[in-house]
Amino acid sequence: MNIRLLNKNLLYIPLVFMAIFYLIPMYIMLVTGFKSFAEVDLKTMWNLPNGIHFDNYIEAFSKLSPSLWNSFLMVIPATLISSALGSLNGFILAKWKFRGADFIFPFILFGMFIPYQSIIIPLVQFMSAAGIKGLAGLVMAHVIYGIPITTLTFRNYYASLPQELLEAAKIDGASMLGIYRHILLPISAPSFVVVLIWQFTSAWNDFLFAVILTGNKQWPITVALNNMAGSQIISWNVQMAGSLLAALPPLLIYIFLGRYFLRGLLAGSLKG
Amino acid sequence: MLKIFRDRDRYLSIILVAPSILAVLIFIYGFIAWSIRVSLSKWKGLNPDYTWNGLDNYIGLFSDPRFHVDIRNTLIFTSVFVIGSIVLGFLLAIMLDQGLKGESFFRSLFLFPMAISYIVTGVVWRWLMNPATGSRTSGLNLLFSNLNLDFLQNAWHTTPTWGIAAIALAAIWQMSGYTMALYLAGLRAIPGELREAAQIDGATELQIYRYIMLPLLSPVTLSALIILGHMSLKVFDLIVAVAGKQLPLDVPAIYMWQTTFDGLFYGRGAAIGILLLLSVAVLIIPYIRYTLKTETQQ
Repeated sequence: MNIRLLNKNLLYIPLVFMAIFYLIPMYIMLVTGFKSFAEVDLKTMWNLPNGIHFDNYIEAFSKLSPSLWNSFLMVIPATLISSALGSLNGFILAKWKFRGADFIFPFILFGMFIPYQSIIIPLVQFMSAAGIKGLAGLVMAHVIYGIPITTLTFRNYYASLPQELLEAAKIDGASMLGIYRHILLPISAPSFVVVLIWQFTSAWNDFLFAVILTGNKQWPITVALNNMAGSQIISWNVQMAGSLLAALPPLLIYIFLGRYFLRGLLAGSLKG
Repeated sequence: MLKIFRDRDRYLSIILVAPSILAVLIFIYGFIAWSIRVSLSKWKGLNPDYTWNGLDNYIGLFSDPRFHVDIRNTLIFTSVFVIGSIVLGFLLAIMLDQGLKGESFFRSLFLFPMAISYIVTGVVWRWLMNPATGSRTSGLNLLFSNLNLDFLQNAWHTTPTWGIAAIALAAIWQMSGYTMALYLAGLRAIPGELREAAQIDGATELQIYRYIMLPLLSPVTLSALIILGHMSLKVFDLIVAVAGKQLPLDVPAIYMWQTTFDGLFYGRGAAIGILLLLSVAVLIIPYIRYTLKTETQQ
């Protein structure tokens, strides 16, 4: 028994080693960000800062704040609209099946996995023909291409609820929307949290749609950060601080709502 | 009365999902068809040109040395990334399955990279994998030298041919925690009696994982293979953020972007997009059929 216990505690060695591996990029991001400009040197990049300085963050924020704002402006409506749509679709596909609902579902599902390279040329053509520009176009793209994952998540949740829940209400003469509004919506919070987190994170982290659909005035944070990193004039310490600013919103969501994040991942484990 | 109500609700349900279904139909399937049409055209330049070109764009790609580099890079990236994430994810899941103290701390720690954008991780890894040598050595190479592990120093993504494997390392950092979470959920779903029965029969912990858990986890392994595999076919932002757009690290998604939006070879770009779609479809369609079948069986 004692040998077993000893063996088990030995597991902390690889675990701590792995923890260091996962923390290295975070360490370098944080440590570099808090150094003063005078301390920044590639030779001492692994050293701790000799105090807490905000030079890098102030510099990075002054460069990135318009695009941080653009990201919020785009991500919030995209997240809300696609979650609402997903809930309604999921409800109907799970509980109010019309003829052909089961036939349509795999086609919606497949849409989740398509490489966007296979639709991006028509998308750009369509947007310019329809005169949809900048952030509005980006919101539209995230809403439309988010339909499969949001619909799937809600459908799976609603399908797991007992049918009797609805039958009783139907006998009482409740209409479809009444059932949705008064029975399903009040117990949908767990799915909403999952979908809101998922959509927020993927829209915030998206690069491909953003780089193709927006010009430099509407660049969201990912595009602005990538261009900052590619430029020769902005030094690496400011890039590190900028990286942290770009990572912060999804990271905070992860830290505070990680439980739901994990649950959503596993529930919708179909999606990568 | 009830019948009228029901009929009204049936129409209403169709009306309510119609916009979404229509959007999927147009923006996914319609656009795929449109892309296929572009890939069969001579379109080159700013103005659309749908002159029929047969399969020439596809044939051209298969004799294009750049596309050969893309295929090689995709194969290397996919193998390193998928195998690395699965092995690491599985090992982490087993270790966390032992009921150690601090399990949830480690679990969140391994999973957090998934929340961050590939652009962010790419920018950080770009500095960690700085290939500069001599007095300008920095990043991980500097760390190795500080720790007297100089033999670990390497040129990372600038290594000829295998450079793309360094990018896969950053991708493993990002996604192995996710793979761990999948396995952990799978392990937790295996009834404890199975393990106890094996223990009573005198099986060692290692044997239990090898002969009982691993076979029972094969659906999880399949999911992980497919999810990670299709992600690696689409890899784009991570490479762009670590290394920019350089030929030695080229992949189909980058080639597609450059040839279409920088080079204005729309026909060729669309052909690359469709080839990517086909390679993803080969993985995903059987998977969707399998998933839906097991779902109806339950």
